[in-house]
Amino acid sequence: MSAPVVAAPSAAAAPRPAGREDWPALQRRPVRRRAARVFTLGTEVPPRLRWALRGTALLVPFLAWWALAASHAVDPPFLPSPGAVWAAGTRMLSTGELLHDTAASVRRVLLGFGLAVAISVPLGIAMGAFRAVQAAFEPVIGILRYLPASAFIPLLIIWLGLGEPSKVAILVIGVVFFNTLMTADVVRLVPRALIEVSYTLGATRAEVLRKVILPHALPGMLDAMRVNAAAAWNFVVVAELVAATSGLGYRIVRAQRFLQTDRIFAVLVVIGLIGLLIDVALRLVRERVGRWTG
Amino acid sequence: MDGLSEPGGPQPERPAALELRGVVQEFRVRRGVRRVLDGVDLRVAPGEFACIVGASGSGKSTLLSLVAGLTRPSGGEILLGGRPVHGPGPDRGLVFQTSSLYPWRTVRRNVAFGLELLPISPAERDRRVAWYLAETGLDRLAGSLPRQLSGGQRQRVAIARALATEPQVLLLDEPFGALDVQTKEDMQVFLRRVWTDTGTTILLVTHDVEEAVFLAERVLVLSSDPGRVAAEIPVPLPTGRDLPVRRTPEFLAVRQQIEDLVRAQHRRHLDSAPR
Repeated sequence: MSAPVVAAPSAAAAPRPAGREDWPALQRRPVRRRAARVFTLGTEVPPRLRWALRGTALLVPFLAWWALAASHAVDPPFLPSPGAVWAAGTRMLSTGELLHDTAASVRRVLLGFGLAVAISVPLGIAMGAFRAVQAAFEPVIGILRYLPASAFIPLLIIWLGLGEPSKVAILVIGVVFFNTLMTADVVRLVPRALIEVSYTLGATRAEVLRKVILPHALPGMLDAMRVNAAAAWNFVVVAELVAATSGLGYRIVRAQRFLQTDRIFAVLVVIGLIGLLIDVALRLVRERVGRWTG
Repeated sequence: MDGLSEPGGPQPERPAALELRGVVQEFRVRRGVRRVLDGVDLRVAPGEFACIVGASGSGKSTLLSLVAGLTRPSGGEILLGGRPVHGPGPDRGLVFQTSSLYPWRTVRRNVAFGLELLPISPAERDRRVAWYLAETGLDRLAGSLPRQLSGGQRQRVAIARALATEPQVLLLDEPFGALDVQTKEDMQVFLRRVWTDTGTTILLVTHDVEEAVFLAERVLVLSSDPGRVAAEIPVPLPTGRDLPVRRTPEFLAVRQQIEDLVRAQHRRHLDSAPR
């Protein structure tokens, strides 16, 4: 800095831009009437209204289904009535096949999803915490994630046969890549300052990982698992549709052969209910673990 | 520090709590290299409260990050109690401007974090945590989560947490910059009291000259572009300070002197070519 230090003009003495006398009056938008509470963006609605909306959203499609079936506008084999579906469901329940199939599907989901989580969580944490791991894995996983898992079914049957391994493998392929990338994302969100402060408090790298990064990322990791659990449940049915001798997907294919749409509907309802159960369970865990995110 | 001099030879200087010798910091930018700090020399005596003030672009925060060991200097030496600094450690507590509390930990467990890493019994840890909670006036909030606290309370927790591991130097980077004026004043009085109670050496970085003069025994003015210690000004105020001291002629004189220095640096910064 050899140039002489010249005092810059202070703000008060700075030259002003030319006048604004010739400007037209600023056009303004008319003030709008405030929207009703229900239509205000991001605003909470009263609990009673919330429950009413939930109930309506379930009841209206159900009533429409019931009315359409009762009117006989559609042939019963195409659209069974709610009563017929209920009857089919209880019949399958009493023969034990529904329970057997549900158990088979749930077992596959638990195994496949569990395996996918066991792979994707450590890998995702490593990718989120170390740029080198991210650089190495992100391109590969980014591509693999776009290959539809169902397209692997024929290949997996050739490789692993018709038994359980091929079905579990489809589940893993369908879930593992998404869950890895989502886990890596939440790990990367841990604030830099939090990590730095932990080092100045004496934490080692392993301690930062265990006591700072993991607890901070845990709620987000559970969110990712919730999304991907739904995907796992989808893939198990797809796998069973193609080649299986048990499971809810297999039951649907069987029913299709005999045009038993009432049974297909009953199985679909069961699949939906189990999905809801998984979602609620994971949400409860998430709320307990992530209370601090409030 | 017993102050005994070694027999023979020149009188050895008492080692500074913190010493920077010719510290240079450069960052690579799109075209070439930008020198943020250009040979910073400074000493902080044991038990001293020193403030660094500087206009924007003077590399104040960079300086603190270097002392904390979070960044490696491009050149020069940083000595803590005579020993060179390699990387971050619990001998230098750090407090940032915005809360860096662990959001899932209660106030008590935030303060306990550093002690949990040490080989001390839970009872001993609890006793120490309780003392710092009491000292910082947080006892009643011990079970609260950070999101339930106000900005000032959060900074108290951050300070208590940094003090609990008994650092040789406490580093504060604009700790009250995000607080409203009244809370800020309370926190300044609070920090003075914590300093007298614990005797911790403190190095605080701020752009607020009034804050620096009120808090420090000595104010270091950092020049801009590149940063260097432009002036060292002792603050001739009594140790026991309260807010009204800011209206005394002594206070106003020092404040004015430093403000002029900082303003001159700020102008120079504005005049320099845009980067």
